[in-house]
Amino acid sequence: MPKALLTIVAILLTVCPLAGGSTPADSSAYARVGSGTASIDSMQYLRGITVLGQKPYAEVIPAQTLSGARLRQLDSHSVADALRYFSGIQLKDYGGVGGLKTVDIRSMGSNHMGVFYDGIQLGNAQNGQVDLGRFSLYDVDDIALYNGQKSDILQPARDYGTSGQIYIRPRTPRFAPAQHNNLSASVATGSFGLIRPALRWEHRFSRHVSASVSGDWTYATGEYRFRYRQLFSDGTVAWDTTATRHNGDLHALRMEAALYGSTDNGTWNARAYYYNSKRGIPGAIVSNVWKMAQRQWDRNFFVQGSWQQRISERYTLLARAKYARDYLRYHNPDTTLMYVDNRFWQDEIYVTTAHRITILPDWDASLSADYQWNYLNSTMVNFAYPTRHTAMVAIATAYTLRTLKVMASGLLTAVHDRSTDRNNGVVLQQRRTWRTRLTPSVALSWQPTTLIDLNLRAFYKRAFRMPTFNDLYYTDIGNASLRPETATQYNIGVQYDLHTEAALQLLRVQADAYYNLVDDKIIAIPTGSGQYRWTMTNIGRVRIRGIDTNLRLRLLIGRVGLETTLAYTYQRAQDYSHPEDSGDGGTYRGQIAYVPRHSGSVAAHLSWRGFNLDYSFIYVGERYHTSANIHANYEQPWYTHDLGAGYTLPLSARCKATAILQVSNLFNQQYDVIHNYPMPGRNYRFTLKFDLQ
Amino acid sequence: MTRPRHHFLLLYALMTMLLATACRHDDVIYIPETVEIARPEFTAVQGLLVLNEGNMNMNKASLDYYSYQYGSYTRDIYSFANPRATKGLGDVGNDLGIYGSKLYAVINCSNKVEVMDKFSIERIGQINIPNCRYICFYRGYAYVTSYAGPVEINPTYTQRGYVAKIDTATLKVVATCTVGFQPDGLDVAGNRLYVANSGGYMVPNYENTLSVIDLDTFTEVNRIPLAINLHHVRADRRGVLWVTSRGDYYDTDAKLLAYDTRKQRIVADFALSALSLWFDADTLYAIGTRWSNLEAEPTLDHTYAKINTANLSMITDRFITDGTDTDIAVPYGVAVNPISGDVYVADAKDYITPGTLHCYDNTGHRLWSVRTGDIPAHFAFLGDIYEQP
Repeated sequence: MPKALLTIVAILLTVCPLAGGSTPADSSAYARVGSGTASIDSMQYLRGITVLGQKPYAEVIPAQTLSGARLRQLDSHSVADALRYFSGIQLKDYGGVGGLKTVDIRSMGSNHMGVFYDGIQLGNAQNGQVDLGRFSLYDVDDIALYNGQKSDILQPARDYGTSGQIYIRPRTPRFAPAQHNNLSASVATGSFGLIRPALRWEHRFSRHVSASVSGDWTYATGEYRFRYRQLFSDGTVAWDTTATRHNGDLHALRMEAALYGSTDNGTWNARAYYYNSKRGIPGAIVSNVWKMAQRQWDRNFFVQGSWQQRISERYTLLARAKYARDYLRYHNPDTTLMYVDNRFWQDEIYVTTAHRITILPDWDASLSADYQWNYLNSTMVNFAYPTRHTAMVAIATAYTLRTLKVMASGLLTAVHDRSTDRNNGVVLQQRRTWRTRLTPSVALSWQPTTLIDLNLRAFYKRAFRMPTFNDLYYTDIGNASLRPETATQYNIGVQYDLHTEAALQLLRVQADAYYNLVDDKIIAIPTGSGQYRWTMTNIGRVRIRGIDTNLRLRLLIGRVGLETTLAYTYQRAQDYSHPEDSGDGGTYRGQIAYVPRHSGSVAAHLSWRGFNLDYSFIYVGERYHTSANIHANYEQPWYTHDLGAGYTLPLSARCKATAILQVSNLFNQQYDVIHNYPMPGRNYRFTLKFDLQ
Repeated sequence: MTRPRHHFLLLYALMTMLLATACRHDDVIYIPETVEIARPEFTAVQGLLVLNEGNMNMNKASLDYYSYQYGSYTRDIYSFANPRATKGLGDVGNDLGIYGSKLYAVINCSNKVEVMDKFSIERIGQINIPNCRYICFYRGYAYVTSYAGPVEINPTYTQRGYVAKIDTATLKVVATCTVGFQPDGLDVAGNRLYVANSGGYMVPNYENTLSVIDLDTFTEVNRIPLAINLHHVRADRRGVLWVTSRGDYYDTDAKLLAYDTRKQRIVADFALSALSLWFDADTLYAIGTRWSNLEAEPTLDHTYAKINTANLSMITDRFITDGTDTDIAVPYGVAVNPISGDVYVADAKDYITPGTLHCYDNTGHRLWSVRTGDIPAHFAFLGDIYEQP
């Protein structure tokens, strides 16, 4: 069967150029659906595929998004900082400017989260980890978070393959009438010795083709003060230590160039991305060790292209391709520890075509096929040099019956891995493994009455994550016989919207209840044959029950706009891996590591003329750093208040200046997100930006 | 308009309530938990100290104490006895020993040997030794192995280990002696110190020798090739060294060797993986897990061996006789009460959650089990029982 699947993928992928030769149909149906959003836009490429079809497709399961003025206020921050406002998310943050930041949705583990940049997933076959701290918000139009999957059926097969997705949509050029160039320059500075100049230039070649070039350079010493202390039960101080976080420096350069085009019935774009950084790894603060020396170098490069064309009234085609090369060097020069200088190179090739056919006005169906190739090379001793071929085929359908919307999909994935076991330079054996999985999903949305804007929704989805190259082949630790880790999600939800012409422009209340099962969870277990010797196994099982609630209010009183969001999440994520380990201090049915039962956020954005004022509060309740929920593993709740103020001053008709001042962790809370990784206290950031049209 | 406002208020009220009850509180030193697990027992052995390693970067090394007089087990006695110790005992406890009135805990990733009063557990001092591993005592001195000796770049980076000689009266390092790569266990036999060189950082070029240090000159006088990746070395009372080799986890298996220092040859060789050793008069207890990277499905094959050191023969490889050994996930440490003969086996489980200490009588029947800290591994008996040189 895997071979047959590969053939299907190959056929579908070659169909693409043929289809491109077909006659374009009338363009009347292809309207500039979203061009009303900003009046200055004379041309706007809406690459968000949800709006490009004949009808603006209301989403079956809506996304949480962050865009517009609120996102602009966070300009100098990273995508990870913005994601903290979303409900159902756990951010793992090791602290500081250069510290690793990954997210996990609804406790399923960060490997179940797909991060898509400009429509194509950012892969990391080596460890499955995408560091969201590296993507700045400076060049981003919006960020959307989906539980389950995006409710569109014209999408690559890979988009069906993860349990949750973050779509980062880089900024699309927009031009004032008769203008051909936009220039934007900004500089951010503040705590941690941060300086980040950024530049962006957009140019319109013709009505149909435009380009953007942008880049930023970040330097930070990454130093900040942190404090740990412990008290006696009578409140007197047992010990109290303030120290400086060292070795958190960061030097990073990002450069990006993109071309955007439109044809009569379609759009295309191409992008090249380059990121180069070197950083210190600050490490855990433990007794008698307050400074680390480990360093890391990263170089990420990719080129990708996307093309979407409405071939006929009934048929739309989407094709995408990507090549990525990533380099990672990890160096431990600390003479008290094992000397390590490992280098890794990853290559990825990805191609996809997706085809959508409108069978009836209310009934769409689609077929998509992806092929991906990954290779990992390293200087490590006894390295396995793994190669992976992945073929995916997805079929999906969407049907609308008055106020009932139904979407269903099925994804067939076949993965072929090849690796070599070596010891002391001698090849011991070659391994070849096939893994195939079929994963379905169904989503429904129903508006019971047209009198009020109340929607009920439900989805079921199965997805899996492949063991990463590190899980499978990391020298001495990997276990080549791992099965994929599966996640099954059940979700029911309700949304009520109230739009009025009065001061209260929008009120939106949402609530979702969910039950997730993670089976064959890949976890490390000790081999018992010596210190720090681990292996990976499939023994993990997690059951997650949760509730996400969200309230959004938009008020307009005179010229003062106020937007507030309240989010609250309750999660019971229990470890069912070891039934024998129940009882006193056992892990069975314990809340899994770092997942709070209660978490939430409050955000408010006030705007008046050119002024913007932002306040946010993030709360993460008490947690445990392992599934053994005992006092020794207890982690305190943490909550931070952030405040920001911005002012945009029009200098001339074509030029404006923006200044933003932000204070994060206003009350200087000393906290750890990850045990022994202290987070920064109160910190400041100032951004100055000029936009020239 | 009114209904949505109610929704909003309700949610707001809930939120406020939640926040009011769920704030941070000060991190307070808390009273250690004590559980009664056995009947009191009055012998010269007063107590059993258990050093929990704690997983790397967690800073969760801790000391537990089993009191024979009370039959009670107390967790984390160090934090309570030393509330002013910043960040506690430290990161990864790797060895434990009692000498004279003092208790020594080798804290590997905190680069220190913590020295405490053996009864009160109050801290007396600390000896900074980077990447310190194991400790042994002889005639007023403590000897500690360290991986972090001189660095050479010739042509690639290499770093030899050393043994630090510590005056137990002043707690100062008085001399060091460079040995092989990544030295682990060490012991004294006949005025000579034997050090197991592992070469664990040099994969696949493991070390295969014992370093022999003359204690008068404190210099390395010889190297004895035995097997690759050596781990423990313990001398019995006949001057026979019991040495464990971890193998390479591929085609060279782990083993336990007996090397007679007088005959200068290997006198016994057992094909077992021993992670922890303990002498009880002429009986050697050895526990561990065999592991190979080459197996398609990882299997953990545990050993609970008892060896007669007088006639060099295996008494049993399953000293737990009542079938309760299936409750042990990862046997990680062994100790034997010198008077009652009760055997203690520590289960490290998954390394990140609390382990379990099991007690068996000398016929191998389980008496009790108790939760410990993370990765229970190293033991020392407290009482009037040591005949130390």
